[in-house]
Amino acid sequence: MSLRLQARKLACERDDRWLFRDLDLDIHAGEIVRVEGPNGSGKTTLLKILSGQLADFEGELYWNDHPMRRKRQDFLANLLYLGHAPGVKAALTPLENLAWYQALAGEPDAEAARFAALAAMGLAGFEDLPAGQLSAGQQRRVALARLELIPRPLWVLDEPFTAIDRDGVAALEGRLAAHALRGGCVLVTTHHALAESPALRCIRLGQGGDDAAL
Amino acid sequence: MPLFREPEGGAWVAIRATLKRDLVLMMRRRSEVLNPLVFFALVITLFPIGISPDPELLAVIAPGLLWVAALLAALLSLDSLFRSDFDDGSLEQLLLSPQPLPALALAKVAVHWLLTGLPLALMAPLLGILLSLPSGSYAVLALSLALGSASLSLIGAIGAALTVGLSRGGVLLSLLVLPLYIPVLIFGAGAVQAAILGDGVSAHLAILGALLAVALGLAPWAIAASLRISING
Repeated sequence: MSLRLQARKLACERDDRWLFRDLDLDIHAGEIVRVEGPNGSGKTTLLKILSGQLADFEGELYWNDHPMRRKRQDFLANLLYLGHAPGVKAALTPLENLAWYQALAGEPDAEAARFAALAAMGLAGFEDLPAGQLSAGQQRRVALARLELIPRPLWVLDEPFTAIDRDGVAALEGRLAAHALRGGCVLVTTHHALAESPALRCIRLGQGGDDAAL
Repeated sequence: MPLFREPEGGAWVAIRATLKRDLVLMMRRRSEVLNPLVFFALVITLFPIGISPDPELLAVIAPGLLWVAALLAALLSLDSLFRSDFDDGSLEQLLLSPQPLPALALAKVAVHWLLTGLPLALMAPLLGILLSLPSGSYAVLALSLALGSASLSLIGAIGAALTVGLSRGGVLLSLLVLPLYIPVLIFGAGAVQAAILGDGVSAHLAILGALLAVALGLAPWAIAASLRISING
């Protein structure tokens, strides 16, 4: 399927400082776009602007060649966003957390799918514990289980490797590559260096506010 | 797994799931449910001690006192309505859902009223006994509080949504919603006073109902807009 997320002349100012200016982005199906840069360079802000959470920016966004403001519902229906905070309620079990996400995404209420997603993330046996009793890495795995559970073509992931152990990092990298291979696209911010592949592109922020297009 | 599956469940599935989730969450944090009730009981218990145990004096101030204490208890419990979702990242997921945000916000407020406002309304007659509330007004007290606290939850949720991004938003929240709370307080306490005097209460209750209808019609959209503003900041 065709996917195209475009940004033209994106600029964002925070605290009297330009995070980026004149930023052009063109993300297609089958690509993994890694946004990197030092702390505070605006990676999370860029992701929030692209996913429509921040309105305080200059420039234009386009989804499948239409202006974003006219295609916002369609964009959201194709988007799976994992934020910096995992979005996992500590008082609910991983199963209950995933059940809510399933309902929110309009997925059928399939408990077997939830079990399978948690098992795929290495959380088999932890499904019924309150998420607050899990480690930080395990809570992030619960959040990552949404990647298994809810099929969406555009993945926007903010620091998904946080607190994940080495095996988990390798598995997640494989998942991202497989998603791109199937025709999805991934936009990810991470300090972790992803394995070289023809699908991978890098955008570097934090070079004094004037960033080249990519 | 396919790359993309068209969402099947509509808004109602999401609303029902949010209702269930918030109910489970609040029931698991018992203190959040009990705190407003304990506060309500404490305030009412302290007044006869602090002012005077004279039943005639207490009977005069009882309607207003019960209403104000219930209002403050509801107000104090509002700060946590969106805070936990904001802190753990669930709120941004709510905002990114393709389902209508006003409906989801209304679901959260409904749970809040069910576990805060309604218990306050049901407990009020018991505390009315402590204040020598004249008989014949107990049912009106519970009914006016049930109707009024729903409006208070809706209006208060707008303030809670606006201040959720602020670290010390509590005081600002109170200042924002208090002007809008005053009509509800006036007609709510007025209904109880009318019942004591033997006048008709239907006018007061009708206005409380009308205020609730306006709140139901406008607040969900105001809450959604306020949440977007808070996340934006």
